[in-house]
Amino acid sequence: MKQNNSNIVEIRDLSKSYQRGDQIIHVLEDITFDIIEGEFLALMGPSGSGKSTLLNLVAGIDKADKGSIKVAGVEITLLSETELAHWRAVNVGFIFQFYNLIPVLTAFENVELPLLLTGLSRKERREHAETALNVVNLGDRMDHYPGQLSGGQQQRVAIARAIVTDPTIVVADEPTGDLDRVSARDVLELMCRLNKEFGKTIIMVTHDPRSAEKANIIRHLEKGVLNEAS
Amino acid sequence: MKLPKLILKNLFRHKLRTGLTILGITIAILAFGLLRTVVSAWYAGVEASSSTRLITRNAISLIFFLPLSYKDKIRQIPGVKNISYSYWFGGIYISEKNFIPNFAVDSKTVFELWPEFVLPEKQKNDFLRDRKACVAGRKVAEKFGWKIGDTITLKGTIFPGNWDFVLRGIYRGAYKGTDETQFFFHWEYLNESLKKTAPDRADRVGWYVVGVTNPNLASEVAAAIDRTFKNSLAETITETEKAFQLGFVSMTEAIVVAVQIVSVVVIIIILAVMANTMAMTARERIGEYAIMKTLGFGAWHIAVLIFGESLIIASMGCALGIGATFPAAKAFGDAMSTYFPVFNVQMQTIYMDIAATFVVDVAAAVFPAWRAAKLRIADGLRRIG
Ligand SMILES: Nc1ncnc2c1ncn2[C@@H]1O[C@H](COP(=O)(O)OP(=O)(O)O)[C@@H](O)[C@H]1O
Ligand SMILES: [Mg+2]
Repeated sequence: MKQNNSNIVEIRDLSKSYQRGDQIIHVLEDITFDIIEGEFLALMGPSGSGKSTLLNLVAGIDKADKGSIKVAGVEITLLSETELAHWRAVNVGFIFQFYNLIPVLTAFENVELPLLLTGLSRKERREHAETALNVVNLGDRMDHYPGQLSGGQQQRVAIARAIVTDPTIVVADEPTGDLDRVSARDVLELMCRLNKEFGKTIIMVTHDPRSAEKANIIRHLEKGVLNEAS
Repeated sequence: MKLPKLILKNLFRHKLRTGLTILGITIAILAFGLLRTVVSAWYAGVEASSSTRLITRNAISLIFFLPLSYKDKIRQIPGVKNISYSYWFGGIYISEKNFIPNFAVDSKTVFELWPEFVLPEKQKNDFLRDRKACVAGRKVAEKFGWKIGDTITLKGTIFPGNWDFVLRGIYRGAYKGTDETQFFFHWEYLNESLKKTAPDRADRVGWYVVGVTNPNLASEVAAAIDRTFKNSLAETITETEKAFQLGFVSMTEAIVVAVQIVSVVVIIIILAVMANTMAMTARERIGEYAIMKTLGFGAWHIAVLIFGESLIIASMGCALGIGATFPAAKAFGDAMSTYFPVFNVQMQTIYMDIAATFVVDVAAAVFPAWRAAKLRIADGLRRIG
């Protein structure tokens, strides 16, 4: 029981397939694994192995065919579309390969965006967003638009946006995939800090072994099957 | 920041596209407004005409006359309150371009039958005293710069020669829809001249205008008048002024219908333009909608963004279009006063502008909003990569 309690994510017999034409592609087959609270997990595997698919399922932006996903005790496969949206707003922070900031919003406004769904006052939103931007070391770039920032800076804004709501888990899909080596290192260090200093549970998809090294634990996905750390 | 701010920021992403779409809607609303005003101006004569006044004319055609002797016979018919008569003079002022509807009227009764032609008492008396006097509507007087006391010469077409009149009165319309472009003078003056030069054409009128004691009995009175002159030399047709005017308009109904169709087509075209703008906008932002949904925003929030943007574009175009309609209608009405004596933008036209804008706005946004709502996040995100 005690161990169960420290599992923040519990995945059981998870399967997912896509239909392309009259061909069915089994992307994930009967995947079972747990993620312990405060873990920094790297999910590796060749391109097309289903890493993003698995991440999306855990983050509640895609629907499984079969199996169970429990995050902090909530069985998210049973949630309706609307419930799932509320759940994501509270529980998941997202970091994407291509930063995915809203180009017409400033760094500050991008970070503030997820807070619009909370009951926070204007003042509280400002405080939270400023804090998050300070954590990623961009306190002096709040009024810059994404187009005025480098790739590494944009990704740090995206990280600030991911943590501003203090989510249960942070998911990152190849967060360094589009960055030069120096920026990639900064971003990875930042994620390590989030994990160590703030105790955030992070699930990061990557196919770069150097990135994966930063994580506490590495898992490999191959042909829809998950293997223990190599 | 709130979502409305994001709507505004989105609005300025493609300034040229937004600007051109607003301009398109402005022009469409302006065109729609003017076309609807043309239609209402077309019916202005009918609208302004009375259903208590009867017009008695020659049964064969309006261009045939009636004898003056009918006047007393009509007056004796029960239900008739008063009677006046007119004769289409068809005079030309300087050039044929300057069309003015001009009539010889029975000066003693004309204002009794047309109370909507408002004239100061003094001008009325001056008109009655002077045999060669004439009265003109405010709009014609303004158009040609006529002042009281001016001599105005009309070149006769039906009645040859140059006819001099002295302007003794300028009338105003009692209502917004009253025709202020007419010109009239003493029938006696015309008749006296005819007695000298063409005695066989004297003592004739174009049509009688009959006031009835009880408007509910108008059709009975009209029938009684026509019965009186049945089998006489000049049989009559009597109908209410409204029916009479409607008869004129219905001759040109096909044109009115065409104008109405064009006005609707204008709205359909702008709907297509607006729908295209919104579809382009939404397609470009599919990735952003996916991100917002990822962050927990619902289909509703996205719909607000799309409908809000569409509403602002359409409303701005509509407001500018309505704003432009009034001066444009004024300029158009002044230039075309010959054809449209009354050219006022109706309140109903403005309501239709607003309704059309609303339809365009909603119709243009509904499909993109629906698509964004249906969008599966994973697919939307895939588009970015
Ligand atoms: N929406 C979809 N429709 C059809 N096939 C898909 C869809 N999403 C992913 N796939 C397929 O599923 C497989 C796994 O994709 P993905 O999870 O993106 O792999 P990875 O992130 O490991 O590169 C690939 O073969 C991909 O083409
Ligand atoms: Mg992937």
